[in-house]
Amino acid sequence: MSTPNTSAAGKAAGATADWLDQRTGVGVAVKGLARKLFPEHWSFMLGEIALYSFITLLITGVFLTMFFVPSSTDVTYTGPWAALQGTTMSAAFASTLRLSFEVRGGLLMRQVHHWAALIFLAAIVTHMLRVFFTGAFRKPREINWIIGFVLLTLGLAAGFSGYSLPDDVLSGNGLRITDGLIRGLPIIGTYVSYFVFGGEFPGQDLIPRLFTVHVLLVPGLILALVGLHLAFVFMHKHTQFPGSGRTNNNVVGYPFFPVYTAKAGGFFFIVFGVIALLGATMQINPVWNYGPYDPSPVSAGAQPDWYMLFLEGSLRLMPGAAEVVIGNFTIPLNVLIPGLVAPLVLLGPLAVYPFIEAYATGDHREHHLLDRPRNAPFRTAFGLSILAAFFVLLLAGSNDLLATHFHLSLNDITWTMRFAFFILPAIVFTVTRRVCLALQRKDRELVLHGHESGRIVRFASGEYIEVHTPLDEHERWIRVQHEPIRPVQIAPAEDARGVRRKRYGADARRRRVSRLFFETRVEPVTPAEYAAAQEHGALEGGDGEHRQVTASGEPESISRS
Amino acid sequence: MKSIAARRHDRRAPLVLLALALLLTGVLYALAAPGRADAAPLAGQADVAAGAKLFQANCATCHGVGAVGTSVAPSLVGVGAAAVDFQVGTGRMPMTMSGPQAQAKPVQFTQDQISQLAAYVASLGPGPEIPTAEMVDPSKGDPATGMAIFRTNCAMCHNAVGAGGSLTQGKFAPNLWQTTPTHLYEAMLTGPQSMPVFNDANITPEEKRDVIAFISQQGGTQPGGLDLGSLGPVSEGLWAWVVGLGLIIGAAVWIGAKSS
Amino acid sequence: MSSVDHYTGPANLPEGHGPQELPERFENPGLPEHKPRMGDVDPKVDKRRERIVLALFGFSTLGTIGFLVAYFALPTGKDVETIHRSNLWLGLGLAASLLGIGLAAIQWAKSIMNNEEKVEERHPMASRPEVREGAIKNLTDGAKDSGISRRGLLKSAVVGSILLFPLTIAVPLIGEIGGDWNVSKLKHTMWKKGLRLTQDPSGRPIKASDVTIGSVWHVIPDGLDKTAQPLNEKAKAVVLVVRLDPRDIKSEQIPGASYEGILAFSKICTHVGCPVALYEQQTHHLLCPCHQSTFDVTNGAKVVFGPAKRPLPQLPITVDDQGYLVAQSDFDQPVGPSFWERLR
Repeated sequence: MSTPNTSAAGKAAGATADWLDQRTGVGVAVKGLARKLFPEHWSFMLGEIALYSFITLLITGVFLTMFFVPSSTDVTYTGPWAALQGTTMSAAFASTLRLSFEVRGGLLMRQVHHWAALIFLAAIVTHMLRVFFTGAFRKPREINWIIGFVLLTLGLAAGFSGYSLPDDVLSGNGLRITDGLIRGLPIIGTYVSYFVFGGEFPGQDLIPRLFTVHVLLVPGLILALVGLHLAFVFMHKHTQFPGSGRTNNNVVGYPFFPVYTAKAGGFFFIVFGVIALLGATMQINPVWNYGPYDPSPVSAGAQPDWYMLFLEGSLRLMPGAAEVVIGNFTIPLNVLIPGLVAPLVLLGPLAVYPFIEAYATGDHREHHLLDRPRNAPFRTAFGLSILAAFFVLLLAGSNDLLATHFHLSLNDITWTMRFAFFILPAIVFTVTRRVCLALQRKDRELVLHGHESGRIVRFASGEYIEVHTPLDEHERWIRVQHEPIRPVQIAPAEDARGVRRKRYGADARRRRVSRLFFETRVEPVTPAEYAAAQEHGALEGGDGEHRQVTASGEPESISRS
Repeated sequence: MKSIAARRHDRRAPLVLLALALLLTGVLYALAAPGRADAAPLAGQADVAAGAKLFQANCATCHGVGAVGTSVAPSLVGVGAAAVDFQVGTGRMPMTMSGPQAQAKPVQFTQDQISQLAAYVASLGPGPEIPTAEMVDPSKGDPATGMAIFRTNCAMCHNAVGAGGSLTQGKFAPNLWQTTPTHLYEAMLTGPQSMPVFNDANITPEEKRDVIAFISQQGGTQPGGLDLGSLGPVSEGLWAWVVGLGLIIGAAVWIGAKSS
Repeated sequence: MSSVDHYTGPANLPEGHGPQELPERFENPGLPEHKPRMGDVDPKVDKRRERIVLALFGFSTLGTIGFLVAYFALPTGKDVETIHRSNLWLGLGLAASLLGIGLAAIQWAKSIMNNEEKVEERHPMASRPEVREGAIKNLTDGAKDSGISRRGLLKSAVVGSILLFPLTIAVPLIGEIGGDWNVSKLKHTMWKKGLRLTQDPSGRPIKASDVTIGSVWHVIPDGLDKTAQPLNEKAKAVVLVVRLDPRDIKSEQIPGASYEGILAFSKICTHVGCPVALYEQQTHHLLCPCHQSTFDVTNGAKVVFGPAKRPLPQLPITVDDQGYLVAQSDFDQPVGPSFWERLR
């Protein structure tokens, strides 16, 4: 076998490859994967941000485990931080202080770790939104969507368990709130609370248990699922945006080796580097200011990390009257509804959305071309309205900071958010849908009539027209390539002899849902419409007159319809 | 005493002896008792009179003549010099409009005028006094004890490091980083507006000084870098999205862009 | 109302006949022509791009060196300034070290690597029919070999025993993980008759005469630090003491539980358990900072705003013969957040 590279390094590489292949048969994989094509778009890198921040978490996390002591045993602080001298605190808190102040690079690793956690979840959410709004969850990628959802939940668990480890007043109050939530579960609540804390709150067992969850169980699950998630992406091949040369049956892009090895590999260093920049310059989670956990103190501005703010906000907004007493038994719906029901209601439909949409479209084909969000008005409007609800909860969770910073009343903000939680998503849905339809109409206009060139031509007869430059075929293709989705057609209710079909009820329901999604729609320009527009002039609103104008502006031919 | 007096021939001798004993006791007491505020010298009658005039001109419309209070403002009899020094010295008084939140504003009076007002109000009825410089010297306080007390009594309104926090209906507990040690002491002692009173049995004078020592260390350089307002996870989350994700997505857009 | 914007002109024209026929939909124009980059045609630009990549790798190396210098030269652990300096320079070195490599690799990919778009075919995910049939045949053959068909009892036995064996792990794990499972402890605190109210955290007892109107005292039971699990006890027993002018008290939660206008309430919020620590002296409201439940002290700590439902339980207090505040008894109800059996 001849290789172009006969340098010493090349010979060594060849020998290694041969050794491996003889023992693993890895040549097949290398052949298949090395030049695999991946399409190019910046929004395809959002999932990578999550992956690389996760790797950053693993690397910095290992450093932290070398110094953190996951124990609730009391120690007396004798380190350099003056404000805590002689204070009794748990070994977990004391080891966090030692790591931050007395270990070189310890504070940096801790801050990089925490910033990476915030960015990990922000990237997951952004990536999920991109996949949602472009319809990348459609067949065959429904499983990957579900895996992604589970990863989101695991990410929340990882973050929550992680920031509770230092056993400070802020995260400890978060644990207290969690205990309150758990206790409220009907019948089993107190037992589940004892299960989690090993007895009464706070107990001595929680910190070591959280450590196991945070360092072993959750990362193990995340690693396994991320591996599966990526395997699917390789297997399905990545989706691509529509464009010239791109069809549902091909992939247009660059090979994994060397282009994406460099781009994706380089991006890892960028993600890690930006997070390191944050850790170098911006303080995060200064637990020495909060103090070791004690059930008595609490700080103004008691919030969890940003990704838990939606839960915090829903807890703040719920009116208290909802607690119910039946006989001798208490069901604190004022806690259970915002803590359990609201997240399920908001996240549940998102989790199963691929199946909802498949039900509404009746479409069982594979989809590898992405949608431009405007071409799926119901989906885009639905997604944005759920996002609006989350945003209201996020603001509600920060209501005391909003009050002090914008000189508003805390109570007024809470009342406004209570109404906004229901009203804003409805408004956002309607407005978004209309905006999408309007954008689709604009696309039609553009295809039919071309760009406004800004050049005004005056004919000898005194008439002024603006010259339009028609779109070239590539620009046009993007605006006409999408298939119009129409509501499902179903078989008639009664057959030829007037006998009512058994499945008609189910089919009629499906058609109702489908109509809800797709009855109001704008369809792309067809070649026939385009030809008509060229010959006969404006299709909508025009007076039927259309002149061909040459490049120099002279009239070529006049025709009237 | 009787025996000495008995050997004297003047029948007023016991009285003189009594007077001498009282004088001696008084002098010893004056020497041994803790000193009064250096910043505000012992109020003389002139200060009280000047303070009365200032009060009449600036405060009596709301607080009433003789500070007995009206429907818009409470009585100031018994609030003490400390309360006046705090309220006027931070610009909270005169208030622009009556309400539960008195905002700190530019100070309207000179320190001498404030001392005169304080002397006048103190003369109306006994109340908390202005602390001496030693009582509020941060270098003499223990920040560890101060933090322990601050955590339990103060952080829930003013935030763990005194960055400020929200109360109900638009009220708030302000940021403490620019507040002088004297004003910190006086606020704890007099409980201005919504703030509760922390008398000397609750937080002793030494403990108050410890709190001052703790607060004086806040608001400066932080070990981890920029403090982002010391407001906690909400501002951290905002920065992670805006700066962190912003920079990273910017890099992603650059990566995906066609190169010339 | 439905509106569909689509062509309302003549019906679809037949295909393939004469110049008037048109396809139903537009056809893909195919990949646009590849435009070469400046660096692909001009060797000077190419050299410059290579130098940029080299410079970026160099920047990374400088960052690594800077990090190492900072590590050895800058101490930590003395005061805020040294800790900050060490963190800043180590961090900047690390960031430069990483960003240099990242920027270099990406710049290489963008400006030097071949950027001609390539095309690859996709295949349907489902296996080919003959593969699927082969798979089904293999499974059926295997099932036949196993002898499980028509042996229903065997099938149930397999499933049953496999479903049951995890109990050997799950039962002791769950059984032991909950401590003593004595949930009735949630209904009682360590407060009892005659136990002194002391200051949190110093433990100093409180004289009733020291509690002036407008003051607030954070209270723990006397002897808390000598209990077996002080934090567990504290998590139920923390109390807030305020004094009101008796004329301001509009209603009492427990008649006789206050002492001359001094009221003691549990500090654990009845919503989800945060300390209700903010006392607004003028409005006599207690505010919990976590979810803004607001309690009115003049009305027996009733809820006036926020997600809590029940008032804060009141601790009945009186004074002992030396004038110190003492409890009359434990709370008359479980403190803190609601749970299923709290009223039993």
